[in-house]
Amino acid sequence: MSEEKGQTLGIVVSGSVDKGVEVRLDSSASVEDMVVGRYVTIEGRQRRFFGMITDISLGVTDPQLTINPPDVTDPFLSEVLNGTATYGTIHVLPMLTIGGDVASLIEGPQPVKTVPSHFSGVSLASDADMSLVFGEEDENRFFIGNPLDMETKLCLDLPEFVKRSNGIFGKSGTGKTFLTRILLIGMLQKSQAVNLIFDMHNEYGWEGSSEEGRRKVKALKQLFPEKVAVFTLDPENSKRRGVSTDFVVRIGYDEIEPEDMVLLRQTLNITDLAVEAAYQLRRRFGRGWIQSTLDVGESEDTQELLKELNIHESTFQSLRRGLQTIGRLSFIEPHASVDAVNSLLGYLNKGMNVVLEFGRYRDITAYVLVANMLARRIYARYQEMMERSMSEDIAQPNPLVITIEEAHKFLNPEVASRAIFGTIAREMRKYNVSLLVIDQRPSGIDDEVMSQLGTKITCLLDNEKDIDSVLAGVSGKSELKSVLARLAPKQQALIFGHAVPMPVPIRTREYGSAESYKGFVGGADAGQQAKKDIEELWD
Amino acid sequence: MTEPSDRVGEVIEASTTEFVAECYELYGLPPLGSLVSVGDAADKTFGIVYHATTASVEPGRRPIARGKDEVSEEGIYKSSPQLEKLLRSEFSALVVGHGNSEAIHQFLPPKPARIHGFVYLCPSEQVKTFSRSFDFLNLLITTSLPVSVEELVAATLRQMGQAHEDKQAFLKAAGRELATLLSSDYSRLRAILGRIAPE
Repeated sequence: MSEEKGQTLGIVVSGSVDKGVEVRLDSSASVEDMVVGRYVTIEGRQRRFFGMITDISLGVTDPQLTINPPDVTDPFLSEVLNGTATYGTIHVLPMLTIGGDVASLIEGPQPVKTVPSHFSGVSLASDADMSLVFGEEDENRFFIGNPLDMETKLCLDLPEFVKRSNGIFGKSGTGKTFLTRILLIGMLQKSQAVNLIFDMHNEYGWEGSSEEGRRKVKALKQLFPEKVAVFTLDPENSKRRGVSTDFVVRIGYDEIEPEDMVLLRQTLNITDLAVEAAYQLRRRFGRGWIQSTLDVGESEDTQELLKELNIHESTFQSLRRGLQTIGRLSFIEPHASVDAVNSLLGYLNKGMNVVLEFGRYRDITAYVLVANMLARRIYARYQEMMERSMSEDIAQPNPLVITIEEAHKFLNPEVASRAIFGTIAREMRKYNVSLLVIDQRPSGIDDEVMSQLGTKITCLLDNEKDIDSVLAGVSGKSELKSVLARLAPKQQALIFGHAVPMPVPIRTREYGSAESYKGFVGGADAGQQAKKDIEELWD
Repeated sequence: MTEPSDRVGEVIEASTTEFVAECYELYGLPPLGSLVSVGDAADKTFGIVYHATTASVEPGRRPIARGKDEVSEEGIYKSSPQLEKLLRSEFSALVVGHGNSEAIHQFLPPKPARIHGFVYLCPSEQVKTFSRSFDFLNLLITTSLPVSVEELVAATLRQMGQAHEDKQAFLKAAGRELATLLSSDYSRLRAILGRIAPE
C-alpha cells in the first residue's frame, strides 16, 4: 500500500449528487492500490470535497481491446496502453465539503449538496485532511481506531455520542464485545455519563477471554477500579472467577410487574391472554400479586376468583407455570431484603459505573426479566429526578447510558412499543437516559427504534436483511453496503451517524495487550495511586 | 543550423498541405518519414517525406533495359553516363508545421512553399526540437495518402527516434499520444505500435 501523503489519483469525469462521481485514474495510480472504503479529497474550483471510494472498475476506450486483447507480455505495449487506451476508474461518493472562503473554513466541513466540477483533481486524503474532518484526540474526543489503511487516529466526540441512543451491530465473533469495551472505557473517561451494563456473558466487569480463548482480556473493573462497581446476581460464580463484587442483587416477587411478563411472553411460552390475566391479578392483589397467584390452590375460592376476574382456567395455569419458572431462579426471593435499585442509583449518582453480572444465569429469561425490571425502575427514578431538577433548579442527575445485549429480545416490533427500552430509545435523552444497544440480528429490532439510534457502529454483517436494517435511511446506502460487506471479519467496523461527520470504516484500536491497557489508562486523569495499582496489575 | 550539405533538392510543386521536390542527385532521396524543411530561417515550412519516385524525365519515354552485357548494375550507369540526366528522383512531403528561429508551430502555414525553394533534410538537433511536441501526429493520422498512414506514422517516429538519446522513452511517449488520438480505433493503433515497438 502506498504511504505517500495525498498522492494524486486522477480527475473527475462525470457524476451526480445522488450517485457520486466517476474518477478516471492517472496512469501513475495503480488500480490495485485502490481500496473500497478509502478516503479521497477532490479539489473543486471553489470548494474541497471529501469522499469515500465505493467502487473500482476497469475501462477501455475501444471495445476492440477486450475482443482482441494486446500482447501483455510486451512491456512496450503494456506501458503505452496503460492509462491511455486501458484505464481504471474509481467511484467516489462525496460526503463533506469545505468552501474556500474564510467563513466556511471556520464553519468546518458541511454535508455535500453539489458535485465537483469536471476534471477536478482527486487525491488520496492525507492524515492532515482526516484530522480536519474527524478532529484530534482531546478532552472530549476519544481515539477508537484508525480509518482503513491510514495512520490517522479516528476520534469520536463522546459527549455528543451519549446524547442519543447508539447501536453496535455485527455477526457473532466479529469483535462487538471488544468494540463495546473500548467505547465503555471512552465514555467512562471522556463523557460525563455513567454506564449501567447488563453483562449477560460476564465480559465487561472482570476479565473475559479473547475469541481464541487463550488470552485473558482485562475488563473495566480491573482497569478503573475506582470508577466501576460490579453487581452480581450469582455471588458463587463471581467468587469462583475471582471477581471482587460490590453488591449482590436479589429481587423480590413484589418488584416484578405485569409489564415484565410482556417481554417474557415468548421465552416463558405463555399466552397473550395469560399476560392480560397478570394485569388483572396485579390490580386485584396489589404488589404481592405473584406470591398470591402462586399461593392460591385448587380450591373453590380459586374458581370463584377466576370467574369473577373472567380468566379462563387454562390461561391461569399458563400464567402460573410461567411464574413458577421465574420463581425457580435463585436470585428471586419472596421479599428482597435490600433494594437493588436504590443501591444501584446510589453508585450511579456518585458517578460510578455499574456492571451487572449474570453469572450462571445466562438464559434469556433471567436477562430479560432483570434488565427490564431494573431499567424500568431506574428510568422512573431518573424521570423523577429530572423533573425535580427542572422545577427546583438543582443539578441534573448524571446522564445514564444503559448497555443491553441481545437487544432484539427487548426491542423487537412486538414488544418495543410496550417495553421500557423502546420508550428509552424513542424518548432519547429527555430524561438523561440513553441506550447502547448490542445485537447480532439488527433486523430483529423494531424499525422505529433503529431509526432513533444516533450513531451506529457495525462490524461485518452478511445477512441481507440485517445490512438493510442497519443502513436504512443513510444517504449513499448502496455504496455503503459494498463497504460494509467487505469489512474484515475481525477488528474492522463501519461507523456512521450523529457522532461522526461522515461514515467511516475503521480498524478498531487494539485492546487486550499490556501496551493497549497503558494507552487507555494513560488517557485518564487517574490519580497517582491508581496508576501505581495498575502498574502492579501488569506485573 | 542547416548546412549546405543537408540540401537534398528543390520544390517543383507546392500546395497548402504538401510539396513535391526534385533531388539534385539521382537516388539522393531523404528516407521515408524524415523531417525536411523549406524556406529561410525567418519562415520555414516543415514537411514529412511520405512518398518518393524515380522515373524518366520525359513522362512518355520509359527507360529500357540495358544490362544484358554488363557484369554489374553499376556498370550500366558507367557505360551510359547520360542516364544520370535522363532519370530523376522526386519526393513528396506532407506539410506538418512551420516556424522561424523563435518558435515552431505544428499546424499548417498561411502560405504554401515557394517553387524552387531549397529543401533541406533537418539535422538531428532540429528534429529533436520539432519532436518535443506531438501535435503533428494529428495532422498525419487525419490525412489520406497513397501510402498507408500507419506505415508513414511508424516510419516518422522511427526516424525521429534516432535523433533522441533515449529512443525508448521517446517512442513510449509518442505511443501514449497515439493511444489518446486513436482512442476509439484500436486496430489502427495496434498497426502503428507493432511497427515502432523496439526489438
